[in-house]
Amino acid sequence: MSEVLVLIDAPEGKVTKPSLELLTLARRIGEPSAVVFGSEVPSQLAEYGAEKVYQLDDAVYGEYLVAPKAEALTQLVADKSPAALLVPATTEGKEIGARVALATESGLITDAVDVTVAGDTVTTTQSVFAGNFTVDAKVTQGAPVIAVKPNSTSPEAASAAGTVEAVSFDVTDAGKGAKITSSKPKEASGRPELTEAAIVVSGGRGTGGDFSEVEALADSLGAAVGASRAAVDSGWYPHSFQVGQTGKVVSPQLYVANGISGAIQHRAGMQTSKTIVAVNKDEEAPIFELVDFGVVGDLKTVLPQATEAIVARKG
Amino acid sequence: MTKIVVAVKYVPDATADRTFTSDNTVDREGVDGLLSELDEYAVEQALQVVEAGEGEVTVVTVGPDDAADAVRKALQMGADAGVHVVDDSIAGSDAFATSLVLAKAIEKLEYDLVFFGMASTDAGMGVVPTLVAARLGLPAVTFASEVTVDGDTVKIRRDGDAATQEIEATGKIVVSVTDQTGEARYPSFKGIMAAKKKPIDEWSLADLGVEASEVGQDNAWTAVESYEPRPPRTAGEIVTDEGDGGTKLVEFLASKKFV
Ligand SMILES: Cc1cc2nc3c(=O)[nH]c(=O)nc-3n(C[C@H](O)[C@H](O)[C@H](O)COP(=O)(O)OP(=O)(O)OC[C@H]3O[C@@H](n4cnc5c(N)ncnc54)[C@H](O)[C@@H]3O)c2cc1C
Ligand SMILES: Nc1ncnc2c1ncn2[C@@H]1O[C@H](COP(=O)(O)O)[C@@H](O)[C@H]1O
Repeated sequence: MSEVLVLIDAPEGKVTKPSLELLTLARRIGEPSAVVFGSEVPSQLAEYGAEKVYQLDDAVYGEYLVAPKAEALTQLVADKSPAALLVPATTEGKEIGARVALATESGLITDAVDVTVAGDTVTTTQSVFAGNFTVDAKVTQGAPVIAVKPNSTSPEAASAAGTVEAVSFDVTDAGKGAKITSSKPKEASGRPELTEAAIVVSGGRGTGGDFSEVEALADSLGAAVGASRAAVDSGWYPHSFQVGQTGKVVSPQLYVANGISGAIQHRAGMQTSKTIVAVNKDEEAPIFELVDFGVVGDLKTVLPQATEAIVARKG
Repeated sequence: MTKIVVAVKYVPDATADRTFTSDNTVDREGVDGLLSELDEYAVEQALQVVEAGEGEVTVVTVGPDDAADAVRKALQMGADAGVHVVDDSIAGSDAFATSLVLAKAIEKLEYDLVFFGMASTDAGMGVVPTLVAARLGLPAVTFASEVTVDGDTVKIRRDGDAATQEIEATGKIVVSVTDQTGEARYPSFKGIMAAKKKPIDEWSLADLGVEASEVGQDNAWTAVESYEPRPPRTAGEIVTDEGDGGTKLVEFLASKKFV
């Protein structure tokens, strides 16, 4: 069976859920080999199907932006001739994937939401034009490099050998052009990660700057909190929680939009959600075109009532 | 004297009904186009750098005849000169071919820095900047939410998911900026008048030494097989809050097993 390289995200030694999803998808194509940068090899890799783990442990990868990792992966792809390379569709994953694809003259697909295999042909599904179209595409040259979005599949455990092979490559001087001079980890919110959450509760300009009702509803549902750009630009909520074209694209089971009008750039980040609910004072708000259920009303009264009812039901 | 080249893309208006043509490429004719809003931020940052000292901003676009409009808008904002690479063989190019044409065009210009938007608003892969940097052998500092240029050193702040990073590079550098860098200016009346006298050079592939066989849809490394509009959402239930809006909302959530 042919080898499939999977670039793993494992901050602080814990494999992210999207990376486990990549391992699961990789098994559709061939035998997954995980690629990890850093000193730790998490046991989850073998538990989720990695036959091999290529470990690249060198401080240089944390000292410079993207290029050293891309150089290393390019070498690895050249050495192993894998059937495909899967990377997380993060800013870093996409950049690394693009550089490896260029260097190995392989086609690149970004932001895939599904990967299917028939015979030797790998087909990807993407959601484009603010989620208004679904596109099937394939790579026509080289081994496909595919950047896959979170929630593309559910991670499935499958025990495998997980044989660790330490590999090292020299980094060229050209690869050391963009130096990381400081890195400050984001504070954890204690809530589920926005792009991975099953439920997202968002607030917009209609919150008037106070997100407490939105947060309380989110917590009663065990949800992540999101924000519109208007709320972020006003300084009411951090940019890393922005949903939309220039923020996160989420596709949860349930999305609750509160005080958000539903501009196309916001829709781009949420309209593939399975169930959509909105609370908005204005019955003409475009967000209501998308909803499965909508309440025309003031979020300042509707949300606390809903939160109370949920808490009561949970007893 | 800082010479900055800004790569800008002409894209179909995101607020219009965007679609595809029969050859599965983006419909660039049925929908009005404009300078990608995300590239306005790159033009803005370049103008700010030049205004803080001395320099020149040249914008370059690769695209069909109408793409000159994107260059024109950037000139109205205050850029000094424009280049429009237009050639029938470029139609349907993928990110690799686009990055090749851009890299060749940039090499032909004098520059210290190259600015990009974070992603185009149509294809939106966000990879052209890093690919151009790789082709030119330059460092790439991408997805900047803040850019500071100090002599020949560029510092950026990058707000990632896991961490906020500060990044530094020296010499000729490729920079891509996000919409967090600050609002882009509107062209002033004076700017609009001045733009009429600014040059836009038109270059073909031959001017860049690029072969037709290196670009275009037939030579792309990926192909769109099919496309389908998202099924319309079935009309939802909308209630008006009469003191029980929250309760009704929870009843709906319960009916869907969310609570
Ligand atoms: C290039 C570009 C990229 C962009 N990227 C993004 C992006 O990634 N994400 C994003 O969200 N936007 C993005 N935008 C901005 C987008 O166009 C909208 O401006 C933005 O989404 C509006 O946010 P909003 O819905 O919170 O505010 P508004 O449009 O002002 O809507 C506020 C809504 O709240 C309602 N309201 C007010 N008070 C109450 C109340 N008490 N109770 C209930 N409802 C109330 C109002 O009726 C209104 O519908 C982008 C724009 C551009 C040009
Ligand atoms: N055809 C083009 N002409 C000029 N610049 C482009 C073109 N395509 C992409 N770019 C630049 O590359 C950035 C990222 O584009 P993309 O990788 O397509 O998302 C854009 O914001 C532009 O700055």
